[in-house]
Amino acid sequence: MWYYEKKLQYPVKVSQCNPMLAKYLIEQYGGADGELSAALRYLNQRYTIPDKVVGLLNDIGTEEFAHLEMIATMIYKLTKDATPEQLKAAGLGAHFVNHDHALYYHNAAGSPWTATYIQAKGDPIADLYEDVAAEEKARATYQWIIDISDDPYINDSLKFLREREIVHSQRFKEAIEILKEERDRQKIF
Amino acid sequence: MNSSAPMPESYYRLLEKIQAVDFVLVDLTLYLDTHPNDFETIKQFNQLAYESKQLKASFEEQFGPLLQYGGSFSQYPWDWKQAPWPWQV
Amino acid sequence: MHTSYKCYHPYISPFDPCKPIQTKCYSTPPNLYMTFQPTNLRQYDTPYQALCHGTLWPDLFDPYPNVRKEGTS
Repeated sequence: MWYYEKKLQYPVKVSQCNPMLAKYLIEQYGGADGELSAALRYLNQRYTIPDKVVGLLNDIGTEEFAHLEMIATMIYKLTKDATPEQLKAAGLGAHFVNHDHALYYHNAAGSPWTATYIQAKGDPIADLYEDVAAEEKARATYQWIIDISDDPYINDSLKFLREREIVHSQRFKEAIEILKEERDRQKIF
Repeated sequence: MNSSAPMPESYYRLLEKIQAVDFVLVDLTLYLDTHPNDFETIKQFNQLAYESKQLKASFEEQFGPLLQYGGSFSQYPWDWKQAPWPWQV
Repeated sequence: MHTSYKCYHPYISPFDPCKPIQTKCYSTPPNLYMTFQPTNLRQYDTPYQALCHGTLWPDLFDPYPNVRKEGTS
């Protein structure tokens, strides 16, 4: 089971009401390479991966939920109390008529989240290579959001999240090294 | 706590200390998942886990529980559901 | 020590309507060069510094954005 802790993993600050930036950030909330996809992908793959690397998938999957909450916090703060006119001007008019100020699991272009974004092949190497690729794609998405955003506080939090993708990718690569190791050979680190 | 009163400076300061120590614990957890025989790092991990518990005890005394389902004790009345939530501060 | 991005010069046609970017670059973060993290890598001095960098180990830190975005145009 899981315990919720009443804190964010990293402080999230927002400098101004900016629904347009929220519209872009939604990509990391309900997009293909977003945090929801990541969390569900890893936690689901846990059941059919060798015991040696279950712990890693479990723990990275859990951290992804902390990242999802950080993204949600950014979106919540960027749009909180924004008027319908402000939302319309930011291209969120269609979102508003369906969801008001609620968050929803879709990408920046409005496509709803789908399980087809993630894979579980049951083959440990195939699954871990997908995970490495997913981390690199998420890293790239953070780069493009940082490039398009001019909010220094948001960018500070996004740089933290981008760095986490790099560390996760490193750990998944190590998991592959562990699984491909020949049994009778000594590991040398 | 009056839900309309902003949180004091000390809340943010202590929270950030906890976020820093807990972050290192997260990063070390992932590292140890692939380096389970690194004795020195396990010592560092246990030391930081202890520090985290100390910081959280002090935080919870001032600002209420961080965990529930029994992870923290409760005041009367039940204080877990008290705002602000992390995304609100 | 490796560099955290690589650049190349794409072909530019006289019929490209947007102002051409002469040099294009892409990230090559440090995880690409570290097969299995060695033990006893240097750590940041304080937990707060680690939090700010998003990692405990300077060898895994990759700054962004870097100079690449400016490039030479």
